[in-house]
Amino acid sequence: MIYQDSKTLLDVHGLRASVNGIEILKGINLTVRSGEVHAIMGTNGSGKSTFAKVLAGHNAYKVTGGSVTFEGNNLFDLEPEERARAGVFLAFQYPIEIPGVANSHFLRLAYNTTQAQRGKDELDPLEFEDFVREKMKLLEMNPDFLDRGVNEGFSGGEKKRNEILQMALLEPKLAILDETDSGLDIDALRIVTKGVNQLATKDNAIILVTHYQRLLNYIEPDYVHVMAGGRIIKTGGKELALDLETRGYDWVSIEQRAAARA
Amino acid sequence: MSVSMVTGGSYLESLLQGQPQLPSSPSAWLNQLRADAVDRVGALKVPTTRDEEWRFTDISPLAKLSFQPVRAVSSLQTADVERFYLEEAATRLVFVDGAYAPQLSTQPDEATDSGLIVSNLSTALSAHATAIEPHLGRHAGFRDNVFAALNTAFLQDGALIIAPRNAVAEKPVHLLFVATQREAASHPRCLLIAESGSAITVVEDYVALQEDAYVTNAVTEIALADNAQVNHIRVQRDSTEAFHIANCAVSTGRASRYRSVSVALGARISRYNLNTLLAAEEAECAIDGLALITGRQLADTHTCIDHAKPHGISRQSHKCIVDGAAHAVFNGKILVRPNAQRTDSSQSSRNLLLNAKARVDTKPQLEIFADDVKCAHGATVGQLDNDEVFYLKSRGLSEITARNLLTYAFGAEIIDRISVASLKHRLEQAVLEQTQRN
Repeated sequence: MIYQDSKTLLDVHGLRASVNGIEILKGINLTVRSGEVHAIMGTNGSGKSTFAKVLAGHNAYKVTGGSVTFEGNNLFDLEPEERARAGVFLAFQYPIEIPGVANSHFLRLAYNTTQAQRGKDELDPLEFEDFVREKMKLLEMNPDFLDRGVNEGFSGGEKKRNEILQMALLEPKLAILDETDSGLDIDALRIVTKGVNQLATKDNAIILVTHYQRLLNYIEPDYVHVMAGGRIIKTGGKELALDLETRGYDWVSIEQRAAARA
Repeated sequence: MSVSMVTGGSYLESLLQGQPQLPSSPSAWLNQLRADAVDRVGALKVPTTRDEEWRFTDISPLAKLSFQPVRAVSSLQTADVERFYLEEAATRLVFVDGAYAPQLSTQPDEATDSGLIVSNLSTALSAHATAIEPHLGRHAGFRDNVFAALNTAFLQDGALIIAPRNAVAEKPVHLLFVATQREAASHPRCLLIAESGSAITVVEDYVALQEDAYVTNAVTEIALADNAQVNHIRVQRDSTEAFHIANCAVSTGRASRYRSVSVALGARISRYNLNTLLAAEEAECAIDGLALITGRQLADTHTCIDHAKPHGISRQSHKCIVDGAAHAVFNGKILVRPNAQRTDSSQSSRNLLLNAKARVDTKPQLEIFADDVKCAHGATVGQLDNDEVFYLKSRGLSEITARNLLTYAFGAEIIDRISVASLKHRLEQAVLEQTQRN
């Protein structure tokens, strides 16, 4: 939601990035303020997932130009773990499976790391168990998932719930949800998005990276951005997503090229 | 790598010197078995790296040991070894440098253990001769295997376990082999007979009281009758100066299920041969292994899963975590014989190198002679996966914490399959201690 007294969380200017020497992001501009929900839409290969990973600090992507500040500080001065502790969270499109590490152990480790950073008390395993079970109710997750290996053998929907559970535990200021709707059936989508909506406050912000408008029926964006060729080529309100749903993506590119010629 | 120049004679002679004279047995078959084995010891040579099966494992340092006679009676007390005991195991046989130590052992309670027989082998040889004869020396062949031949020639003591028909043993049986004596050679022998419909868990556990050089040459035979289930946990945590050579042969009956988790942490040089024969239809095996080594250690695991009959299922996951200048070897053979149709087999060998000097040689070896089968295999060697490290860092974990956690997890995935909780916990600690960096 757009608030009058919101502050700028993320400011992206002319961001360029490449992977294996191939430029993927070709000058992205985006400003995200607290309380806002932004949807970034685009076809496969438009660069939207790369943008999400660059913000989180994946080392396969090389930043070649532009600037990104988070709460006024240069984001690129921070290692991925420092970004996480500062309040940047990426919900992965394909969460990693880690057999051999109990999910509860992983979740507690991540939670306590953030707590320590914020000068708050860490929780011992028993305290954490009670705490995380409450959070799991939000996502209608079976407590059995605590005892299993991290994401090990989880279905697509279960992995996505586990991602949002981490978001609930870490309470990030900026959550980037990369294709969180992919692979979800309609019930799982309803549960996951309900969880996200409950976590949205006027002090945090959410960037939804998605291919489909479907997700936006459940999480209402304040802004919709269309990415193509490594740039944001159009920005609008939530009605833009509906246009994309009915008309596809091509018209945006055509319109943009026409505007560029004019 | 240097090529070993050891010849059979000198080494085997020195080994023989360390051995007590064995009394002849009242059983003619047993005397014959030993005599056959002695013949093979005379004919075979100690393998060198010129032998294909030993090309990565140079055991020539073994020949530099001089062998001392093993003390017949151990003075060990419970306090010396109880840290190795497993709280879950009601039955425990303890062997000290290969000799049975009754004062440290607990035999099964006949009233509660549904007729389970757990005894030291030399005592059992007369009482259970008719049960033993069809199995002892019948599964672990020694024609071409000098170490199995040596073990059989010196056959004196070890463990006998018989799970009677339809008996389900709730608690694991713990076989604890304690090394205490420098330059001792022990030849423990285990025989596990799981009669039809029985189910049992056995922990075969090799430990040392101090960092000595000694040699353990073990042979274990496991026979599963129809519908039997055996859960075999093997832990080798010998001294890092020791030599550990072991052969295990498993034969499975119809619709029986053999599960094995073997963990190699110790020994200067270790070699484990595990041969599983799926001898009847619908037999299943799950063979998992972990070698966690560092320094100058070498851990060699050779497995063979022999699908001899249709509808067999085998699952195998072998992992090595190699640090220092250590060297891990894995050779995993899957044999699917011509009539073993509808075989379903998968094998994976995954290896993690933690040091530039660490080395691994892995060789999946599939020999498939049937046409209607499903066989999958794969092998990887390398460092930690970059995406996995990133995932953890994106949750606020430091680089070092992320790497430690993933290295631990790599080993813990195998340890997790150990059904005895206290042992699992101890091995998790061992993995933690060996994999964590500051």
